[in-house]
Amino acid sequence: MLKQIEGSQGIAQAVALCRPEVICAYPITPQTHIVEDLGAMVKRGSLTDCEFINVESEFAALSVAIGSSATGARSYTATASQGLLYMAEAVYNASGLGLPIVMTVGNRAIGAPINIWNDQSDSMSMRDAGWIQLFAETNQEALDLHIQAFRIAETLSIPVMVCVDGFILTHAYERMDIPQQEQVDRFLPPFVPRQVLDPADPISMGAMVGPEAFTEVRYLAHHKQMQALELIPEIAEEFKSIFGRDSGGLISNYRTDDAETIIVTLGSVIGTISEVIDSLRDQGQKIGAISLRCYRPFPKEVLREALQDCQRVVVFEKCLAVGMGGIVAANVRMSIRGLNLPVYTVIGGLGGRPITRKSLAELFAKAMRDDLDETTFLDIKCDIVERELAREQAHTRSGAAAENILREVGVVDAAKTA
Amino acid sequence: MNKPFAITLDVGSSLLNKTGSWRTERPVYLDRLPPCNNACPAGENIQAWLYHAEEGRYEQAWREIMKNNPFPAVMGRVCYHPCEKACNRVHLDDAVGINSVERFLGDQALREGWQVAPGEDTGKRVMVVGAGPAGLACAYHLRSLGHQVTVYEASAQAGGMVRYGIPKYRMPRQKLKAEIRRIEEMGVEIVLNTRIDDIQGFKQANGFDALFLAIGAQQPKRVEIPSDESIQQLDAVGLLRAIEEEEHVALRGRVVVYGGGNTAIDVARSAIRMGATQVTLLVYEAREKMPAHEMEIAEALEEGVEILPLRAIREIRDGSLKLEQMVDGEGQWPQASGQFENFQADLVVQALGQQVETDLLQGLVGARIEDDALQVDVEMKSGCEGVFAGGDMVPSARTVTTAIGHGKHAARSIDAWLRGEQYRKPVKHELVEIDKMNTWYYTDAPRTVRPMLDIVRRQSGFAEVVGDLDEINAAYEARRCMSCGNCFECDNCYGVCPDNAITKLGPGNRFEFKYDYCKGCGMCATECPCGAIKMEPESI
Amino acid sequence: MPHQQVKFYQTGTLTVGNRLLDKAQRTVQATMDRSNSLDSGHRACQGCGEALGARYAIDAAMRATDNQLIAANATGCLEVFTTPYPESAWRIPWMHSLFGNAPSVATGIAAALRVKGRQDVRVIAQGGDGGTTDIGFGALSGMFERNDDVLYICYDNQAYMNTGVQRSSATPGSARTATTMPLGAEPGAEFDKGKNVPLIAMAHGIPYVATASVDRLHDLEAKVEKAMSIRGARYIQVFVPCPLGWGSKPADTVKVARLAVESGLYPLFEAEYGELTSATKIRRKLPVADYLKLQRRFAHTLKSETQLARLQAVADNNIRRFGLIDEQGD
Repeated sequence: MLKQIEGSQGIAQAVALCRPEVICAYPITPQTHIVEDLGAMVKRGSLTDCEFINVESEFAALSVAIGSSATGARSYTATASQGLLYMAEAVYNASGLGLPIVMTVGNRAIGAPINIWNDQSDSMSMRDAGWIQLFAETNQEALDLHIQAFRIAETLSIPVMVCVDGFILTHAYERMDIPQQEQVDRFLPPFVPRQVLDPADPISMGAMVGPEAFTEVRYLAHHKQMQALELIPEIAEEFKSIFGRDSGGLISNYRTDDAETIIVTLGSVIGTISEVIDSLRDQGQKIGAISLRCYRPFPKEVLREALQDCQRVVVFEKCLAVGMGGIVAANVRMSIRGLNLPVYTVIGGLGGRPITRKSLAELFAKAMRDDLDETTFLDIKCDIVERELAREQAHTRSGAAAENILREVGVVDAAKTA
Repeated sequence: MNKPFAITLDVGSSLLNKTGSWRTERPVYLDRLPPCNNACPAGENIQAWLYHAEEGRYEQAWREIMKNNPFPAVMGRVCYHPCEKACNRVHLDDAVGINSVERFLGDQALREGWQVAPGEDTGKRVMVVGAGPAGLACAYHLRSLGHQVTVYEASAQAGGMVRYGIPKYRMPRQKLKAEIRRIEEMGVEIVLNTRIDDIQGFKQANGFDALFLAIGAQQPKRVEIPSDESIQQLDAVGLLRAIEEEEHVALRGRVVVYGGGNTAIDVARSAIRMGATQVTLLVYEAREKMPAHEMEIAEALEEGVEILPLRAIREIRDGSLKLEQMVDGEGQWPQASGQFENFQADLVVQALGQQVETDLLQGLVGARIEDDALQVDVEMKSGCEGVFAGGDMVPSARTVTTAIGHGKHAARSIDAWLRGEQYRKPVKHELVEIDKMNTWYYTDAPRTVRPMLDIVRRQSGFAEVVGDLDEINAAYEARRCMSCGNCFECDNCYGVCPDNAITKLGPGNRFEFKYDYCKGCGMCATECPCGAIKMEPESI
Repeated sequence: MPHQQVKFYQTGTLTVGNRLLDKAQRTVQATMDRSNSLDSGHRACQGCGEALGARYAIDAAMRATDNQLIAANATGCLEVFTTPYPESAWRIPWMHSLFGNAPSVATGIAAALRVKGRQDVRVIAQGGDGGTTDIGFGALSGMFERNDDVLYICYDNQAYMNTGVQRSSATPGSARTATTMPLGAEPGAEFDKGKNVPLIAMAHGIPYVATASVDRLHDLEAKVEKAMSIRGARYIQVFVPCPLGWGSKPADTVKVARLAVESGLYPLFEAEYGELTSATKIRRKLPVADYLKLQRRFAHTLKSETQLARLQAVADNNIRRFGLIDEQGD
């Protein structure tokens, strides 16, 4: 059924169609609307056999989900940014215990400085936490990925994080195709837990494991993710057969067939990038793009195959490994090792800075000329940075860089005089 | 369930981890000797019978007493209960009223007609001389062991000093008779009014295989007091016997009893009951050194007996006693002070103790008489082969309970001797002191006070002074027993073990340590209320 | 004839079992078929109060729920000594997640059971005082205010023992820990700090709050049973001496607990919906020094009249505040 609704609403409806049994909610922008919608459904009675629990923190939200999942209930929660960091300990714990929880991350920057807008630093901080990470390109895909996420999670007994760009997707009103309950039920069988807390068959879950077995436990977790590399495309295929849509899988290609230059990215920015590619193609440029729909496990082989015939790779990412550079780029380089391809890293859209077609077009043109630095910060205001650096050199104790930059752009003074 | 590796474990799998290897000390269960049992001259297993009584299993309790003492109803009245003096419960509130429970059980047995069966016939015949507590106890035990027993008694009634020396108000006669009858019903023959002068000859002539002598100490000790015969003098033993035989006794007017022992008290209290206007105990020793039992003294005082301690009668003249004040010496005999006073009296009763009639023992070849007593060895055997002896006639504390203990002990020795063996007492366990116990676990439970007869009735007749416990009181009193030194299955060890390293074996079967898991923390021993666990160094 | 009124006292009424007691009055620990929820082979130190307290509490809860029980456990000694791979000492469905989230995990378990219609299965969360009063406190408060159907049991040994005896907010004034050494002007932990979580729990208005001690098994079991008869958030804090951390003899664990209660330093009480409903009376009041002298962590207080007086004042204040001594006597 086609509906013109907010992305968060679409996600909420998808989650509801998955018949979740326990939902834990704690407000943090920009995921809030999702759990608000789910809460309303439970209150209204349109979502039944579901416990909706308002908790006191994100740490509690995921911890409640850990408890409910271990007791055999299909469990869901959502978070973003600081919230994801606040629950970090539980994020690792859920995957370590092999609990098939599904969690939406409404991608948002991490402070300080505090910032509510979109980038992907939050999800990236948890990339090694043992969860499967899926990135949605569109709201339709965000909706579809949630349905697939439960299936993947429960098949492998591993938690899945569905990463959805904050505001850009979560707050955008778009037309979405909401599946029928019957279709979802056909795709997603009832949850049969691999292990469950049950007085009839007691177990001790969450043992302390020492050096004698810890490596093996970790290897097995890694192995599970390797299995996911095969499972995720299969499930995407099955999804297509029931719902008639291409969603999920490991990567998606956009006009890469004869591309000499390929942009690799994740999330919703693929939309803007595609438009720029279309116009460059119109100008006869051989350029294409690949979107990583699955970041963990990293689809190393599939990506290598997709990139092996091009001449250069530009990784466009909304996150930064401070002191190192691109996070995604490092993974991409690893997958094409030995192919002798230049890989350019572009960091853009941090803290919600708009990514314009114009800037991208200029960037890609430079890339095609191999005129890019190894790492580029898209649309960085160099004058501000230079002034601040100069000032820092003059004053050994300069105060917080963030505040100084805001002063440079006039925000702080304005606030003071207001 | 397809459990994930290492992070999820099977329940109870820790049993594979034998933590017993951590131990440097191991707990062991043991039985320690409770102080009551240790103190009982009759060797009763007091704790064991209280254990049964606690649960209202009175017959079992009574049978437990009967293993050592055939006179619970008598004991419950006349025993001076050294057990209670030893009782560890005094450290909490007051001693357990063992004596009163014993009396309840003794009386209950008489009401219910419980009987003890004789042992399987051995074909041996034993002769007992003297039907006092020692002789009857010995006869009872020998009969229980299957021997034929005949008891010869010079007096008209059986019971010895219990009958002829203890007044009725302390020892009602029907109870005594009933307990003696029970022994006769087992097949013990009692021949009364038969004084045997040639004991050895009689034994041989009648073909007895062994002999137990228990003729007591019935001759009064007297001091010669210069007297003009103006005041009549009697002796206590003769007087009490006369009262028992209901002869006319003139215990009237101002009666002086000379002596400070239990017999003196018995005479004084009898005098009160027979209408004496004034009864005075003249005691040689200081008040606190009087040999009489405190309880007896207290009851006598309640009834109006006056006590004058540290007095010696030096002369009787003109209807008056000349008394010399004595001075208490440190742990020595009192010293004469040279200070005199006169005391008016109508009658003086000497109650200065008794001695053994040793003439009867002259014919026993090898028997040794020293210090006014027939000497016996640890098996109660005299120097004369086949002749055993006990009770007041051998060196002893001269109490009824001691005599009963002698009777039992002698019976076991005789039984062994008849089989050509030697009786060996079982080795005693170590005594349990209060510091080995954890008395926290015993609820505060004040002693039950036995009802007492009204003072007016005590002063005017020989009705029994001390009343009975009823069944509830008896059970209550029994339950005050702390079971010192012996596991009473309170489950404390089983409960407090943090390692679940104790197996409960079920009612009556106590517990067992699981040394595979016991880490030797010692909490079981610390928390054992009765001191029945001890920690021993582990041999490494 | 006048008879003394007979109260039905019995030998060893206060013991774990005792053949003379009515079956109903005996503890679970006296039964041959107790569940031994925490079984042999665990790696707790000799004389561990927490191991004992946990078996007491969980066995009682097992009886109260007809063995329909699931437990969530915070990180800490109890977790470490019961479930080091490859052996578990638990016999119940049990889960450990993190140090500070046991109340939330338990909430999740309870939610799952509710949604599955398995309300016959009851949930316990448990942890030490560090996991409860410090790091897990937010989660605990959240569980309380939501009135989730969870009994939280805190085994209080008054410091972080698993990490080597550091101070927690449950450490009493003057106590020596690795982070409050007996040095300087105020040796040991400072007075007038720390928090009283039972009282804070009461302030949440939850249906049931109680304190208990390993030395009062009957009392402890009655409280667990009472707690299991109630739906909603419940809190029981059990006093569990730690021989290693306190410097007491392993054999004295129960004794130390008894003296804490008898001195008035550890008041045992119950509260329902924020109101005190009962206090376990002190049987034989003792000076605090009797309790302190069994433990090395308080050794310095015996030499300081000021500290001794302050500790005695804490005890006296408890006695007054919670009515620990019956004025009439009984």
